[in-house]
Amino acid sequence: MGTTTIAAGGRSHKSKGLRKSLATLAASIMLATSAQAATPATDEVNTTGLAVTDDTVKVGILHSITGTMAISEIGSVQAEKLAIEQINESGGVLGRQIEFVQEDGASDWPTFAEKSRKLLRQDNVAAIFGAWTSASRKAILPVIEQYNGMLYYPTFYEGLEQSPNVIYTGQEATQQILAGIDWAVKEKGAKTFYLLGSDYIWPRTSNKIARKHIDKLGLKVVGEEYYPLGHTQFNSVINKIKLKKPDVIFASVVGGSNVAFYKQMKAAGVDFTDEKPLLLTISVTEDEIRGIGGENVEGIYASMKYFQSLDNPNNEEFVAAFKEAWGDDMVIGDVTQAAYLGPWLWKMAVEKAGSFDIDKIREASPGIEFTKAPEGYVRIHENHHLWSKTRIGRAKTDGQYEVVYETDELMEPDPFPEGYQ
Amino acid sequence: MKNTSPLKWFASREGLYYLALALLLVVILPLALDPFRLNMVGKYLTYAFVAIGLVMCWGKAGILSLGQGVFFGLGGYCMAMFLKLEASTPEATAIQSTPGIPDFMDWNQLTELPWFWEPFHSFSFTLLAIVGVPVALAFIIGFAMFTRRVGGVYFAIITQAIAAILTILIIGQQGYTGGVNGITDLQTLMGWDIRTDEAKTILYFVCVGLLFVCLFVARFVQNRKLGRILVAMNAQENRVRFSGYDVAAFKIFVFCLAAAFAGIGGALFTLIVGFMSPSFIGIVASIEMVIFCALGGRLSILGAVYGALLVNAAKSGFSESFPELWPFAMGALFIGVVLAFPNGLAGLYQTYVMPLEDRLFKRKPKAAASAPAKPAPAARQDEGRDYDPMLDQYSPEKS
Amino acid sequence: MFDGYTTSELMSIFAMQGFAGLSLFSVFVLMALGLAIIFGQMGVINMAHGEFMILGAYTTYLVSGFFQSVLPGLFGGYFFVAIIIAFLICAALGAFIEWAMIRHLYRRPLDTLLATWGLSLIMQQTYRSIFGAREVGVELPEWMMGAIQVTDLVELPINGLFVMIIALSIALGVYLLMYRSGWGKKVRAVVQNRPMAEAVGINSAGVDRMTFALGCGIAGIAGAAFTMIGSTGPSSGQAYIVDTFLVVVFGGAQSLIGTIVSAFGISQAQSTMEFFLSGSMAKVLTLLVVVGILMLRPEGLMALKVRR
Repeated sequence: MGTTTIAAGGRSHKSKGLRKSLATLAASIMLATSAQAATPATDEVNTTGLAVTDDTVKVGILHSITGTMAISEIGSVQAEKLAIEQINESGGVLGRQIEFVQEDGASDWPTFAEKSRKLLRQDNVAAIFGAWTSASRKAILPVIEQYNGMLYYPTFYEGLEQSPNVIYTGQEATQQILAGIDWAVKEKGAKTFYLLGSDYIWPRTSNKIARKHIDKLGLKVVGEEYYPLGHTQFNSVINKIKLKKPDVIFASVVGGSNVAFYKQMKAAGVDFTDEKPLLLTISVTEDEIRGIGGENVEGIYASMKYFQSLDNPNNEEFVAAFKEAWGDDMVIGDVTQAAYLGPWLWKMAVEKAGSFDIDKIREASPGIEFTKAPEGYVRIHENHHLWSKTRIGRAKTDGQYEVVYETDELMEPDPFPEGYQ
Repeated sequence: MKNTSPLKWFASREGLYYLALALLLVVILPLALDPFRLNMVGKYLTYAFVAIGLVMCWGKAGILSLGQGVFFGLGGYCMAMFLKLEASTPEATAIQSTPGIPDFMDWNQLTELPWFWEPFHSFSFTLLAIVGVPVALAFIIGFAMFTRRVGGVYFAIITQAIAAILTILIIGQQGYTGGVNGITDLQTLMGWDIRTDEAKTILYFVCVGLLFVCLFVARFVQNRKLGRILVAMNAQENRVRFSGYDVAAFKIFVFCLAAAFAGIGGALFTLIVGFMSPSFIGIVASIEMVIFCALGGRLSILGAVYGALLVNAAKSGFSESFPELWPFAMGALFIGVVLAFPNGLAGLYQTYVMPLEDRLFKRKPKAAASAPAKPAPAARQDEGRDYDPMLDQYSPEKS
Repeated sequence: MFDGYTTSELMSIFAMQGFAGLSLFSVFVLMALGLAIIFGQMGVINMAHGEFMILGAYTTYLVSGFFQSVLPGLFGGYFFVAIIIAFLICAALGAFIEWAMIRHLYRRPLDTLLATWGLSLIMQQTYRSIFGAREVGVELPEWMMGAIQVTDLVELPINGLFVMIIALSIALGVYLLMYRSGWGKKVRAVVQNRPMAEAVGINSAGVDRMTFALGCGIAGIAGAAFTMIGSTGPSSGQAYIVDTFLVVVFGGAQSLIGTIVSAFGISQAQSTMEFFLSGSMAKVLTLLVVVGILMLRPEGLMALKVRR
C-alpha cells in the first residue's frame, strides 16, 4: 500500500518538524489517492440512497421458488447466484462485494409486484435480477418505473416493449423467429407451416410475427391452434397435423403441455428424425427436455441464442463452473444463460458509469460488450436489448442440442418490428 | 339488542369489539407501519370483504362457494377497465399504432375499443357495474341452482367450474381483457394519481371505511329476521320451507350479497395494488379466500376480518423468510381449522378469552348475537339420519 | 376443410379421431373412477385426488429408475410392477389419511373439501422438496412407444391402447368388486343405511377405510398410466382436478355407471369440438355445456333414487 516519502536528509533542527509533517501530509495524500482508485467514496458512487456501503452493495433476486413456475425459474436463480459469486471473487463491483436479497414471486404476478416494491423501497437494492413470464415482468414494470430501479430480465419473449428501467438479456421474438423460419426455408425447403402454441400472449404474438414473415416469403400457413395452459390431451391436433401434412410444425407450447404434447406425438408414431414434418420450436430448452424425456424430442429443432453444447472457451468454463456449483446433472438452457449475463452486464455498466445511480448506469449501458459471455459475445443495444447470434439446434436423446446452424452476423434486436405489427 | 340506543351499544360487548377493530385499523396500524406495509394491509383488507360475504353465505346459510374469486375479479376488472381507459388517452398513447386504446389492445392489433369497454368511460357506470355485474351473475347462478334445491357439495363444485371457465376465457381473449398479464399500469383515478404514498394512505382509509359499512350491513342482515331464517335454513331447510318461506329466494339473496361484497373488495384491490389479473379469479385464489373466512371463524364477521389479515400477513412473512415452508403451513392451516378448531379464531376466543373478560368486567356471560356461536351444525344434525350429499343435509328428524 | 382427400383418407381420419375420442374417454374414466367411488359412495370430496395420481406417477418414476439400474434386463416389464406398487402405495396412504383425518369429517363434506385441499398443498410441496420443482421424465420401455399400423392410413398409438386396456380392466374390476363380491355388498349396505349395516355386524369404519383406500389406489394406477401421456411434476395434479370433478358430478355422484356415461359424453364432445375449433374454445364450450346441463338437471345424468 502507501509509500512513505522520506524527506531529504537532515537540515536544520527547526525545519525537521516541518519536514516531518510535510512527509506525513504527502504520505497521507498518496494513501488517499491510491485508496480512492481501489474503492471510490460511497457518496460519490451513490447519490440516490441505494443500499451501498464502503464494502458492500445490495441487489435483489426475484424469481418463483414455489408454484408452477418454479420448474423454470430455479435455473435463473442458480445462474444469477453463480455470476454474483464469481464477481465477488474477482473483487466485486467498484471494490464492493455484492450481497443479494432473494424474494419469492411464488408464480403469482401480484406477488412479484409486491416483492419488487419491497426490494426497491425497503431494501433499496441497486438492481433487480428477476421475473420470467411476461406477466410477472408486466406486473413489476410500473413499480420499477415509478421507483426508478433497473430490472435485468432473462427470458426470450414477444418484444413489443422497451422500458428505460429494464435490460432484456433474452432474445425478443424477431431475433428468435425470423432467423429460425429463414433457416427452415433455406436449408430445409419448407413451404407449409402449422403454428401451434399455448393460449396466452407470447405464443399468440410469436405466431403473428411468424405468420407475417411466412406470408412475406410467399409461403403458406396451413393451421394455427392454441390450447389452454396446462392442457394435456393433444390427440385431436395430432390428427389434424397428420391430415394437413405440413412441412414444418412451429411450436410454442409451454409448461406441462410440452411434456404431454411430445409424448403423445411420439406415441402417435411421429418420428421427428425423419423430418416429415420437421418440428421447429422456440419454447423447448434443455431444462424442458429433462421433463419431457430426450427420447420423445429426438430430432426436433429449436431456435435459441444459446445451447449448452456451444463450443467455445467461455461456455466450457461456464458449464464447468455451473456444474461444480449446482451439481453434475444440471442442464443449462437459454434463459439460464441469459440470467447469468445479468449481473455481469450490470457490473460493467456500473464501472463504466463510475456510479451505482440508475440514471447513470442507464446512460452507460448501450454499447457495452461482454466478450466472456457463454454464448460468445453480446452487446447492449440502445433499446436495452442485446445484439446476439441466433442458433438452430437439433435435439438428441441425451437431452442436449447439437448446434447445426449459426447466423453469421449478430441479430439486431427490434422489439417493435415495422410491418410485423 | 335491537332496542339499544347507539351510544349504549358502544358500551356493550359487541360494540367494544367493533371499537377495538376500528382502533386497530384506524389508529394503531397507520401509526405503526410505514406506507409500504400499510398498503399491504390495505390489500389484505380487500380480501376481508370476500371473507365477510362468505360468513354470510357459508357460515350462516351453509352455501359454500368456491368461486368467490369470480365476483372479486369481476368487480376488480370493472374498476381496472375504467382506470385503464383513463390512462389510455390519445396523448398518453401517442406512440401506439392506434392511440386512445389500452396498450395491450394495440399490440394485439385491435384498432378500436370493443363495445363492452365503451360504458366504462363513465365513473358512475363503473361504480354501478362493480356491484351490479357480480350480483347479476350471482343471481343467475343462484336462481338456476337454488330453485332446483342444489346446494352443498354440488354447488361448490359448480362454482369451481365457473371459476375455471372464466379464467380460461379471460386468458384466451387477451385482446379484450389483457389475457394472462391482466390489466396493468393503472395510474390515475379521475386525475388523482393513485400511485403516490399519500394516495395509497388515503385509499387505505377509504377501504377501512367501506369495510365497516359492509360489516354493518352484514350485521344488520344477520340481526333481522332474515338472519334468523338463514340460520334456520342451514339447520333444517325443509322445516323452513314447510313453514311457508321461500328458501330459494333467501339463498339467492345472501349469495348475491356475498357477491356484492366480493365485487367491492375486488374494485378496492385494483385501486390499492394498481392492477388486476385473472390469477384472482381462479380456483386456487377462490379456495384461499375461503380459508380466511374459516380461520376467522365462519360464523363471525369480525373474525373474518382478522382471519384475512392474519393469513395474508403470515403468507408475506413466510415468503420473505421461509418460502418453501409456506405451502406446508397453509396446508396445515386448512386441516387444523377444519379438524381442531372449526369455529376458527372466533371460536377459540369465545371458549378461552371471553370467560376471562367476564371475570374481569364482572359481566354475566351472554351469548351475544354477533359473537361466534357454539360449535358447528355438525353435532346437532346427524344422529342416525340419512345424509343427502346434494343438499348437504340430513333427512328430517324422525319424530 | 375436407377437400382434396380421398374417401379412404377421410375414413381413416374419422377412425383416428374416433380413437382419439376413445383415448380421452379412457383417461377420464381412469381419473374419475377413483373419485366416484370416494365421492359417490362415501360423500367425501377428495381435493387431493390429483396429488394421489401424481404419487402413482412418481412411484412409476422410481420403479423405472430402479429397474434401469438394478434389473435392466427386465426393464420391458417394469410397468406392470409399477402399476401394482403404485396401487399399493396410494392405497396405503389413502387408508392412513382416512384414519387420521377423513373419518372425523364424515358429517361435514364441505369441511372434507377444505381439509383435503390443505392436504393437496402439503403433498405438492412435499413432492417439490423431494423430487425438485422440475418435472421428471419417466422412460418407457421400447414396446410401449410407437403406433400399430391397422391399415395403410390408420395408425393407433400403442400407449393409447394400453391406457384403454387399463381403464377397461379397472372399470371391470370395480364393477365386479362392487356388485359381485361380498365386500361390495357391505359397502353398498353402509352407504344405504349405516346404522342397520352396523347392527348386522358390518364394521362400517373398516369398510369406509377400505373404500377410501381403494379410491386412492385407483388414482395411483391412473397416475401411473398418465406417465405415458403427460407430465410428472409437483403441480401436475392440478391440471386434472376440475375435469375429474365435473365428470363425476355430471354423471350423478352415486352412480358408477353414470360416471362412465358422463366420461364418454364429455370426452366425445370435447374431442369432436377440438377437431373443428381451436383447443381453448373447445374446452370452454365443453365446460359451459356441462355446467349448463347441470344447472338444468343438477343431480346429474343418472341419479339413483335414494330412499330418505
